[in-house]
Amino acid sequence: MTIYAAPGQPGSLATFRERYDQWIGGEYVAPASGRYFENPTPVTGRTFTEVARGDAADIERALDAAHGAARTWGKTTATQRAVILNKIADRMEQNLEMLAVAETWDNGKAIRETVGADIPLAIDHFRYFAGAVRAEEGSISQIDEDTVAYHFHEPLGVVGQIIPWNFPLLMAVWKLAPALAAGNCVVLKPAEQTPASILVLMELIADLLPPGVVNVVNGFGVEAGKPLASSPRIRKIAFTGETTTGRLIMQYASQNLIPVTLELGGKSPNIFFEDVAREQDAYYDKSLEGFTMFAFNQGEVCTAPSRALIQESIYDRFLGDAVARTQAIRQGNPLDTDTMMGAQASNDQLEKILSYVDIGTAEGARLVTGGERNVLDGDLAGGYYMQPTIFEGKNSMRIFQEEIFGPVLAVTSFADYDDAMTIANDTLYGLGAGVWSRESTIAYRAGREIQAGRVWTNCYHAYPAAAAFGGYKGSGIGRENHKMMLDHYQQTKNLLVSYSAQKLGFF
Amino acid sequence: MAVHEGSSEASPPGRVAVTDAAVEVLRRLRAQHGELMFHQSGGCCDGSSPMCYPAGEFLTGDADVRLGDLVVAGVTGEGMPGEGVPAEGEAFVVPVWMSRNQYAYWRHTHLTIDVVSGRGAGFSLEAPEGVRFLIRSRLFSDEEQRALDGAVARDRADARTGWAF
Repeated sequence: MTIYAAPGQPGSLATFRERYDQWIGGEYVAPASGRYFENPTPVTGRTFTEVARGDAADIERALDAAHGAARTWGKTTATQRAVILNKIADRMEQNLEMLAVAETWDNGKAIRETVGADIPLAIDHFRYFAGAVRAEEGSISQIDEDTVAYHFHEPLGVVGQIIPWNFPLLMAVWKLAPALAAGNCVVLKPAEQTPASILVLMELIADLLPPGVVNVVNGFGVEAGKPLASSPRIRKIAFTGETTTGRLIMQYASQNLIPVTLELGGKSPNIFFEDVAREQDAYYDKSLEGFTMFAFNQGEVCTAPSRALIQESIYDRFLGDAVARTQAIRQGNPLDTDTMMGAQASNDQLEKILSYVDIGTAEGARLVTGGERNVLDGDLAGGYYMQPTIFEGKNSMRIFQEEIFGPVLAVTSFADYDDAMTIANDTLYGLGAGVWSRESTIAYRAGREIQAGRVWTNCYHAYPAAAAFGGYKGSGIGRENHKMMLDHYQQTKNLLVSYSAQKLGFF
Repeated sequence: MAVHEGSSEASPPGRVAVTDAAVEVLRRLRAQHGELMFHQSGGCCDGSSPMCYPAGEFLTGDADVRLGDLVVAGVTGEGMPGEGVPAEGEAFVVPVWMSRNQYAYWRHTHLTIDVVSGRGAGFSLEAPEGVRFLIRSRLFSDEEQRALDGAVARDRADARTGWAF
């Protein structure tokens, strides 16, 4: 067991400034308004730094810096950009634990996740896109003997990115790595719940990126996010969040005729077919872990497996074992490596989760375990901790249909394969899904039939850079991860060239 | 929790209401931004929350349902009129919208807009105030549901309402 020292305490690996300005043009710039907002850590609920409260003037200044850098950066070779991305990855790796502590303090999640997942995945993401852009090629089409269509990739220019608070660094890197690899400059608006760790990263890699290539403007959505999303000076907007803001961002984008990518969450089914329990072996143990993944990152994951569908014939036994696994979750100081589940990211998030416990109970769902705020001891008493919670009910209930974004699982049973598919697809969303079966025919057919962009099959919550991620239905537009992501940040330039000296003969 | 039931022109029981605490925030926001609207969000992160915008900022259409209007009573002698914006004490109405497909899953519940301390969400107007609007829900009674279903039938018969279910 290791307990990392909290930022502000002696021996802490991560140090935050008392106050953060905007990161524009490779340096800190005071917000035009002169205003700042307090940033509490969800670990204790106490403010640990204050952060620039940006507005349209700061966005304009960041766009100036980005446009100033765009021409030069867009003309660099893929090789040059790949070298820089690899250096960023190396620098992050050398400071992995420091970044992990900063991320845990800003977001509230358990340190074993930031050390083992968030930061290593972010590092790998830079390396993946460094490699992908090196290997990328244009194409040619030979139209006829003397006519050739050349297709070149060109950067879009300056793009806007709005980042969620659930994986502040990893979600920023998911958007930054492909955008930078493709030769774009970025104005990035972090979530106001988690504005600080990204600035720790910016400082860490400041000497590696030319000034203005990445600019970070903090502030509230309505004051800083909206002027970025609605700016006619960006060539694309990428957003991770929810449906209403997603629609609003599309609305702004339509006014500027720019593309959007939207990742808008889900209500992902995790389906356990009866053969899972055929033997009490390592695979059965793995499937119980897969069930318990609803509590990963405190349930604050767009793809959280928040609906568990268990076949009737094994229902009581499997659920019993799964509840025992859930009740073994250790919740405590997020900086303790033995802690499995940390704090929810904000007070309003905790309140929203509790409001869903109320509606679940009111609708007649059976509370199997959890259901209450978890008040920890000492300094942690002011933090935003929630018990891992399981409800049993019907798919028509609101707790089965709405993304709670907390450690709240809704469980129901299904009779057979067709019933499972009907329930799984009876949702507005289609981001993720899990299928658990020892039978490859069942697993394959189910995976193809579920209307979701990512179907984990005999696994869950793995996020390798080479696997495409994105939603069907109400879960969004476009993909993240995978080399196809380069396309989302590139224009196609076609040169249609005639090598013939003969005229057409029309005029 | 004092709650003000909203009005709903086509159905006997209202579908939406608002708490006193939320009313106070709405008064302040209206004084800053003018007329307001809500659109209930679904999905990720800050989703499943009511988003508050200046009226007309968010384009609603056939894909949306107008659940009802929050009616905020006037308060005499309170608030000074700002330049081009309404006085804090005036009576006003805030329409509440939701996506039609989302409503299909919510229709059996009555919604009350409340407010808690918190840290923003999307582009909703209250974030800089250090608060966050939140939905409290209760199930409609059988009697209320029957009355609402009757209203649905009337709505369907009257396309002029523009928000038949």
